[in-house]
Amino acid sequence: MPDVVAVFLFIGIVAYALLGGADFGAGFWDLLAGGARRGREPRRLVDASLAPVWEANHTWLIYCLVILWSGFPPAFAALTTTLYIPLMLAALGIVLRGAGFAFRKASLRTPQQRVYGAAFALSSVLTPYCFGAIAGALVSGRVPVQGDGDPVGSWINPTGVLGGVLAVLVCAYLAATYLTVEAHRRDGGRLYPYFRVRSIAAGLATGVVSLAGIFVLRADAPRLFHNLGHRALPLVVLATAGGLLGLALLLGRRVRGLRVVAAGSVALIVCGWGVSQYPYVLGTHLTLTEAAAPDATLRVLVAVACLAAVVIVPSVVLLFRLAGRGSIGEPPPGDTP
Amino acid sequence: MTPAALAWLRLPAAADPAQLLPAREQMAFTLGFHIILVPFGVALTTFMLVAHHRGLRRGDTDALLLARRWSKVAAVLFAVGAITGTVLSFELGVLWPRLMGRYGAAVGFPFAIEGLFFFTEAIFVAIYIYGWDRMRPWAHFWSGVPVSLASVGGAAAVIAANSWMNQPGGVTVRGGTVVDVRPAQVFFNGAFWLEFLHMLLAAYIVAGFFVAGVYAVGMLRGRRTPYHRRGFLIGFVAAACVLPFQMIVGDTIARHVFAQEPAKFAAVELVPATGSHVPETLGGVLLDGTVRYGLPVPDLASVLAGFSPSTTIQGLNAIPADVRPTDREASIVHLAFDVMVGASLLLVLLALWFLWVWWRRRDTLTTDRWFLRAASTGGILALACLESGWVTTEVGRQPWIVVGLLLTRDAVTTRGDLWFLLGAVVLVYLAVAAGALGVLRSMKSRWELHGDQSVEVPYGPERRGEPEAGRRVP
Repeated sequence: MPDVVAVFLFIGIVAYALLGGADFGAGFWDLLAGGARRGREPRRLVDASLAPVWEANHTWLIYCLVILWSGFPPAFAALTTTLYIPLMLAALGIVLRGAGFAFRKASLRTPQQRVYGAAFALSSVLTPYCFGAIAGALVSGRVPVQGDGDPVGSWINPTGVLGGVLAVLVCAYLAATYLTVEAHRRDGGRLYPYFRVRSIAAGLATGVVSLAGIFVLRADAPRLFHNLGHRALPLVVLATAGGLLGLALLLGRRVRGLRVVAAGSVALIVCGWGVSQYPYVLGTHLTLTEAAAPDATLRVLVAVACLAAVVIVPSVVLLFRLAGRGSIGEPPPGDTP
Repeated sequence: MTPAALAWLRLPAAADPAQLLPAREQMAFTLGFHIILVPFGVALTTFMLVAHHRGLRRGDTDALLLARRWSKVAAVLFAVGAITGTVLSFELGVLWPRLMGRYGAAVGFPFAIEGLFFFTEAIFVAIYIYGWDRMRPWAHFWSGVPVSLASVGGAAAVIAANSWMNQPGGVTVRGGTVVDVRPAQVFFNGAFWLEFLHMLLAAYIVAGFFVAGVYAVGMLRGRRTPYHRRGFLIGFVAAACVLPFQMIVGDTIARHVFAQEPAKFAAVELVPATGSHVPETLGGVLLDGTVRYGLPVPDLASVLAGFSPSTTIQGLNAIPADVRPTDREASIVHLAFDVMVGASLLLVLLALWFLWVWWRRRDTLTTDRWFLRAASTGGILALACLESGWVTTEVGRQPWIVVGLLLTRDAVTTRGDLWFLLGAVVLVYLAVAAGALGVLRSMKSRWELHGDQSVEVPYGPERRGEPEAGRRVP
């Protein structure tokens, strides 16, 4: 039973990485888009693509948190008492990001938009970095079972930094590829070259950091390194192939399948982490079974997750279709004030 | 100051972790902030659907315009509520790790159910906001219904977790850890139904009086259009109709607390020593174990608790000294309860005033300045009820975080300087509040100047017409 819940937890993590991650990445490009005039076009595309799905993407975080604290309570307590600094920084980022994004959309004056936009963009980098660093602390075994681990050294260390940087880059890569496809579809593809170049840059950067990461993990998180090279090797190979394929598509100016390839390779890497970590929830010292809540609670969580699949997935698909293809229909001609 | 007053103001006992007070203040502040948004998620969306339905059924364009604007206000508030709700879930772990670590298996899973409702709400908010002018009218109306229903379900799930902390059930604890959970008994614990009903009705009262207050202010400023009258009536009538039921539920809860949570009841009624013929003290505080500065109404507390002056009420002295609420905590609970009851009585008077205006001189509804002035304060009064009601139930549980199972001081984190965190959180929340109010005000002024299409909202589609984003508007 704990394994089933762990699988559902990981589905949540993958979904958050793919959907929330793309949102964070969009904020990253927003940050780098330049001044108000130069950055207007890309920012509009970011706004238009994010607006409808933004909140839904972020509910995956809540899903992961509740499954973790109900399903594996001691692990959650150990995590929060050790990593409270990156957790609160991530929360700060989520507040500023959400408020900034929502208010920018609703305000008209450029100076106001700038303030809200800056909050949105800066925190888009802060939050994924913190989550990546938290993952780094987990896999390198720096969260003790009893909690109250080193509040600074647990996440500021080679694996933590690797996790943080990689998270930011992966988000940027995902967002850039999604936006490339989006730009190709809209406005006659004017922004397509803009985001294509950025996708390639982000993809290359992610690849370089991942290569460097091999050495970091070998020195700093040997068990993860070992498992990535053995048990999770097929996933790693596939993810690498996906990354290369994505680059090839971008270089060959192909749009078809680009999003799927990019998302697939990120999902495979996250799954590779999960497979390597199994059966431990913290480092190499607390297993899923040891940390699991009583079976009755786990059954409720499984039921909630199944219900989510039945209720949520169709409505998410509906929303993405409505927003993505504009199939709610164009506004009637008399719609302007 | 007298020594007694100094003792009353003293900082927590030296045995408490230094993190206890700032953690409690932070939780109180962030929850108190978040709870303001709940009524709008639950009830404003209902009003929106009522107006939408009326607009479609009767071709009432004012009602349709109200629905459209309320949906945009609801979207902004939903965005803020989503943010502050996420922060709360971080805080549960960061501030109260031992609550989640030991009892996460019980108190945690209602939040999973809440997450499901929240998910649904987030998706359908976006669909509904997107749907204006883009979906077939009735299909669009029905896409708003899940928003309202999901927010009710979400509130129920959160209340399940909170009421479990007041009256925990459905768990088997051995050696300090939960070894078995009976989920149905956890969720539908002894306090659940009454607490949920109380909060649900409160949501309609707060949002109703708030909405009515906004249009009352508009009418006071001379905007006496049918649109304003319609907006005022939907809010006010909903709130006023719910009010009598809330009085009944509140009264039932008081007797339920008397029977099930005697320690809380002793603090609410400020009863230092067990006895019969207990007076109902209006105002007043507890200093050195005696009630001071209050106005006692003889026997009333006993009569309210058991319909007889000879009803015995357990006093604070019946609680073992190590788990007895401090004088200060008991006084806060008592005063908060008094504020809640007092403010709700003022709301009843306001509703009766409305009834009189409605039956006797309906044509003056939009011009009776004294009534409109009173009505414009209704939202603030209702909010005072809501906040003080939560202070009553939360502080009234102290020193327990889960009654009988876990003390608040044993649940709190023991790391870090939380005063710094509290300061940062207050600053950020004030900025968010200022931003939200600023956005709502600018939406309002643009509606008045440029009509409805000039406003973009979170989750909403891009605006098609001019003025373009980023252009300065006079």
